[in-house]
Amino acid sequence: MGPPGLFPMLRYVLIKFATLVLLLILVSLTVFAVLFVLPGDPAQIILGIHATPESLARLRAELGLDRPFFTQYADWVGNLLLGRSALSIHYKMPVFELVASRLAVTGPLALLAMLFAVAFAVPLGIYAARHQNRPQDLAVMAFTQVGLATPEFWLGILLVLLFSVELNWFAAGGFPGWAADPLGSLKALLLPAFALGIIRAAILARLTRSSMLDVLREDYIRTARAKGLRERTVIYVHALRNALIPVLTILGLQLGQLLAGAIIIENVFFLPGLGRLVFTAIGMRDLPVVRDVVLLMAAAVVFVNFLVDLAYAAVDPRIELH
Amino acid sequence: MSDAALLRIEALRVSFRTPEGPGTAVDGVDLAVAAGETLGVVGESGCGKSVTALAVLGLLAVPPARIETGTIRFDGRDLLRLGEEERRRIRGREIAMIFQEPMTSLNPVLPIGRQVAEPLRVHLGLTEAEAREAAAGWLEKVKIPAARRRLADYPHQLSGGMRQRVMIAMAMVCRPRLLIADEPTTALDVTIQAQILSLMRDLKEETGTALLLITHNLGVVAQMAARVLVMYAGQVVEEAPVAALFEEPFHPYTQGLLRSIPVLGGRAGGAKTRLAEIPGLVPAITERIAGCRFAGRCPHAFALCREDPPALWAIGPGRRARCWLHLHPERRRHHG
Ligand SMILES: Nc1ncnc2c1ncn2[C@@H]1O[C@H](COP(=O)(O)OP(=O)(O)OP(=O)(O)O)[C@@H](O)[C@H]1O
Ligand SMILES: [Mg+2]
Repeated sequence: MGPPGLFPMLRYVLIKFATLVLLLILVSLTVFAVLFVLPGDPAQIILGIHATPESLARLRAELGLDRPFFTQYADWVGNLLLGRSALSIHYKMPVFELVASRLAVTGPLALLAMLFAVAFAVPLGIYAARHQNRPQDLAVMAFTQVGLATPEFWLGILLVLLFSVELNWFAAGGFPGWAADPLGSLKALLLPAFALGIIRAAILARLTRSSMLDVLREDYIRTARAKGLRERTVIYVHALRNALIPVLTILGLQLGQLLAGAIIIENVFFLPGLGRLVFTAIGMRDLPVVRDVVLLMAAAVVFVNFLVDLAYAAVDPRIELH
Repeated sequence: MSDAALLRIEALRVSFRTPEGPGTAVDGVDLAVAAGETLGVVGESGCGKSVTALAVLGLLAVPPARIETGTIRFDGRDLLRLGEEERRRIRGREIAMIFQEPMTSLNPVLPIGRQVAEPLRVHLGLTEAEAREAAAGWLEKVKIPAARRRLADYPHQLSGGMRQRVMIAMAMVCRPRLLIADEPTTALDVTIQAQILSLMRDLKEETGTALLLITHNLGVVAQMAARVLVMYAGQVVEEAPVAALFEEPFHPYTQGLLRSIPVLGGRAGGAKTRLAEIPGLVPAITERIAGCRFAGRCPHAFALCREDPPALWAIGPGRRARCWLHLHPERRRHHG
């Protein structure tokens, strides 16, 4: 009884944090193992197909590629933790610098896309739920059905054709860089973020709708109405907070798909982001880059889900923190 | 009672769209509650008690519900003719309601203090601090221990009995003129039931609120109400002062109810009590019945009962019954 104390809250956070660390270890192991067994010898790629076996062996030793699996893994993780960057084979520069500059594109892109997704999905879902089975609801359902079936690259291309080629409101792709042209940079992200976000919005809107419908059937909503609260208060205070709890979970999981989508959309819009980077790096067998970027993306998903768990505790007092 | 009545329902008929076609859940209900009075409404599960109550507050979802005919007058106003905004202003301020399930009737993500304070803010325009203060006072009034420290608690931190006390406080904060209690103790343990009933009696005495008490438990009615209405399959089948009903129930259905009366305050009932003394089932709301709705289960039923629906006749002072035996008293002896 009484408000949840500081101690249970702290314990909850610690448990979630321990889970986060464990997951990160598993993720890094998986990423490393998959790239370890994948064909493609970086030494061969660096030196070309005419390299002599001796020079190949020398380079492998230099890169540490001849050492056992766990030594290499420990090396990699150790260097990451110490903040020591590997060198990109293709770009001939530290991977960290490369990632940082690309993250400055993909980060805001993902954030914008999420904003678009939530800004469309939540009001749309509420609207549909409040007009259940009426034409407004059916329209939303049909619209989101189309959204579910649309690949983001195709929507991206359509958007480019409409807004860039036809209307000339946006450049058809490319990225001026934050330092050179902050506003132009933001503008360059709008269309791709919209394409990414609106596809996510489809599933989120449906989820919000069904979650809202469940909540509107609850006894406490009838109580809220029996008290004479305004419909606005009933929906946005009493229902929405409860309805958003499952939406929050899916939002966290959606980030993974969002990053996967970013790889494609960045290629459609020629954005120098992480997606483009990993795409190119795979083509070049640039192992150090691929490894670090894939780990970063996976870690981002795991980390966001950790944040969702924390947000849960803030939204739902019943998460009894044990 | 002319229009001294605070609440007067006349010829109320409510239907529902169901997968089996339209069904009439409430079929021509008349009832009146005078200011400050307690009226008990009893009947088996599904007889239309809750639907009637929800119709008074305007809380039925339309569709699937539809109010076909009838008037609901409260303090002279015909509620069914008011706009949604006017009805909203009455809800929680002049007519309040508490529900059967204290476990699910409070919002799980809002502190109870805030939930109790809400009607004061929306109806009386109190500031947050004033409403909070008043809420704390009401939580004390409903005897929640250490009430002030509980304002920030969430519903899951309280027991069922405590939650029902919170519900009562929330319903009473604006001092409504009518409180509708829909099986307020059904979901509670026996000892808690008695406490809640006595709390309701005390508050009623103090505030002069009229009470429409819905229950399937005649024992509860005996403790609380002066007058009782018996419903069966969407209709009022008998109305009487409580003492008269217990002494001399007229309708065979009421007689059955009295024979199967659960132990006073007993939990055994639950909402789904089968009346051991009355074989058979309540007809579904979609069923079309030519004669008396109870005929299929009635030990006294004769040909007329299956052909013609009986009217609700006055059978004595303050008493009405919907039964052909009123015109054929000799048949009671034959089969009784
Ligand atoms: N939303 C609905 N859709 C269809 N039928 C409904 C709906 N709500 C109620 N009914 C029907 O109306 C009838 C009366 O229901 P009501 O809830 O008023 O019964 P009750 O007397 O309160 O019973 P209980 O003691 O179980 O609470 C029941 O047959 C029920 O099935
Ligand atoms: Mg009911």
